[in-house]
Amino acid sequence: MQVKIEHLTKRFGDFTAVEDFNMVFDDGKLVALLGPSGCGKSTILNMLSGILPSTSGKIYFDETDVTNVPPQDRGVGLVFQNYALYPHMSVLENIAFPLEIKKVPKEERNKKAEEMARLVHVDQYLHRKPKELSGGQQQRVAIARALIKQPRLLLLDEPLSNLDARLRLEMREEIRRIQLETGVTTVFVTHDQEEAMSISDKIVLMKNGVLQQEAGPQELYDNPANLFVANFLGNPPINNLNGYIKDGYFVLEDESGKIKINNPNVKEGQQVVMGIRAESVAIKDGDHDFEATVKQRYTMGKEELAFLNIGNQTIRVYLSSDYEFKEGETVFVKLRDKGVFLFDKETGVQI
Amino acid sequence: MSVKKLKRETHPDYIFNRKYEPLIYLVPFAIGLLIFTIYPIINVVIMSFKEGYRLSGNYTGWGIGNYQFVLTNKDFLSAIKNTFIYVLTVVPISTVFSIIIANLLNQKVKGMAIFQTAYFLPMVTSSIAVGISWRYMFNKQFGVINWLLGLFGVAPIDWLGATAGQAPWNIVVIIIFGIWNLMPFTIILLLSGLQNIDPLYYTAAKVDGASSTKIFTRITVPLLAPTIFLTMIVNMISAFKVYNEVIPFWSGKAGVLSNNLYTMVYWIKETFYSKLRLGNAAAASIVLFLIILCFTLLQRWIQKHFNY
Ligand SMILES: Nc1ncnc2c1ncn2[C@@H]1O[C@H](COP(=O)(O)OP(=O)(O)OP(=O)(O)O)[C@@H](O)[C@H]1O
Ligand SMILES: [Mg+2]
Repeated sequence: MQVKIEHLTKRFGDFTAVEDFNMVFDDGKLVALLGPSGCGKSTILNMLSGILPSTSGKIYFDETDVTNVPPQDRGVGLVFQNYALYPHMSVLENIAFPLEIKKVPKEERNKKAEEMARLVHVDQYLHRKPKELSGGQQQRVAIARALIKQPRLLLLDEPLSNLDARLRLEMREEIRRIQLETGVTTVFVTHDQEEAMSISDKIVLMKNGVLQQEAGPQELYDNPANLFVANFLGNPPINNLNGYIKDGYFVLEDESGKIKINNPNVKEGQQVVMGIRAESVAIKDGDHDFEATVKQRYTMGKEELAFLNIGNQTIRVYLSSDYEFKEGETVFVKLRDKGVFLFDKETGVQI
Repeated sequence: MSVKKLKRETHPDYIFNRKYEPLIYLVPFAIGLLIFTIYPIINVVIMSFKEGYRLSGNYTGWGIGNYQFVLTNKDFLSAIKNTFIYVLTVVPISTVFSIIIANLLNQKVKGMAIFQTAYFLPMVTSSIAVGISWRYMFNKQFGVINWLLGLFGVAPIDWLGATAGQAPWNIVVIIIFGIWNLMPFTIILLLSGLQNIDPLYYTAAKVDGASSTKIFTRITVPLLAPTIFLTMIVNMISAFKVYNEVIPFWSGKAGVLSNNLYTMVYWIKETFYSKLRLGNAAAASIVLFLIILCFTLLQRWIQKHFNY
């Protein structure tokens, strides 16, 4: 099912939690709603499920306007952050409960629930109570419960945030597997950019209730619309160098270095921020862009992370461990074309 | 000169303090418990085995005569029967009503605070004083209850009186009064239990289309079960000790006939204070204690096997 959102707005009193949000979620795709805490992700999700009424705007499921349709008639499956499994019911009863509500005969709904349990790999725990399951298993049960009534739309609100790091990796792949197997249109809320990057077909990045950019994970990483998007994605975070434009050059703010710019959109004297991904910096002799001093080095297994001082600003870069630089040594820095962006300092928009 | 410095943890004073200090704090409470609870209980047990025991302290011998007496006494057996009828009606009925009312009070509706206060009023009023006004409400000729029933064409009921040596409605009055008395406390406990239920369960069920009846029976009540059991145990214990509820209606007598409404505590009190048969009263108290104990154990067992 395709979901179309038009001019969706939500206000709590004077506070605008979501502002003029427009979006299309394509049929059978997994979309990640990404953004820092409090940016309105849950609010959007709750408006999609119908739990929360919108202030203005429209929501369409395929061609049907569901803006004023109550939650139970929308055909959505919901997975909560803390799962909200009914503690007094067994795994089987929990999964079967949506069908029990629909008055499906016991035998039939139990058969269906067992099928769902097999899909999410909890079929060996059918008669346990939720508290006798691990976090990951509870998570799977919650997904099975959301899927059993064959929802047209599956909504997951930070489903992995209660799990430890290893389980998180495992469960996000599980969610992707289940989503691909069932082909259900899915919206997945997270504030973890890595999670969003790794499993989604499309990422919708929000800030303070306003859409920043929607794109595939790679596109978002390779071509951020603004400084916020660039800073939000990537680990280690992108480096920011402050400076200004002069005679077709980017000049560092303390004038300790400059680099030729081939960007027709820059204006003379414009205050800009240069965003440089850590992997877009090469250390080499001869032809170089900046001189830098090695401040600190950290081994991270296969490679090394180094802090370099360029003038009075610091950047993080990867060094292959073949190099034997000492802290305090001067090195020559060359920027690659890919992963280097210019942003207007005032508006943050990519130039 | 070298002074060996002991570490705090191994210093003898420290060890002494850590071991015995808590006991010292417990002493005042322990003394109180001993004087006001344990001593009387032991004394009652001893008393119940002394035959012919009088206030003067004289007794004729040891034995189980007191138990034989109370367990064959017509009045005491009728007291047991009345008490059981009272407990087995008042506790379940007040629990069911309280669950429903607590659930209504838990809804987020404007003006609910006023209702909440109204429901808790019985708790802050004296049950004897209220009982006296109930006595007028249940009056056969002028009472508001019969007047209300009359509106529906019901003939006047002789709630507090007797006809032809029978007084079947007497116990109904104290049962209604008992239910009314127990409900506020039960509602408070249940309300706090309800407020501990994560509203997310309701949201989850609503998204799946559950009706409010379904939510109530399949989610609210099971999740409230531990609190329901707790209130039932507490209420059952207090209902077994029914006494105050009997006093206001017949000027201190138990029922309109010659004490047709004996309850166990009423009988014990009368035997002790009016008839001064201390040994009999003590034995009856022990019987009451054992009955309450059995019910409490039974309920605990049920609770354990039905808890999630
Ligand atoms: N019922 C409410 N009344 C007032 N403000 C609210 C209400 N619900 C949410 N908000 C505000 O709306 C904003 C968005 O909330 P929302 O729950 O959507 O954030 P979120 O992006 O899901 O954050 P998180 O990652 O922390 O869950 C927040 O600033 C929050 O304080
Ligand atoms: Mg949220």
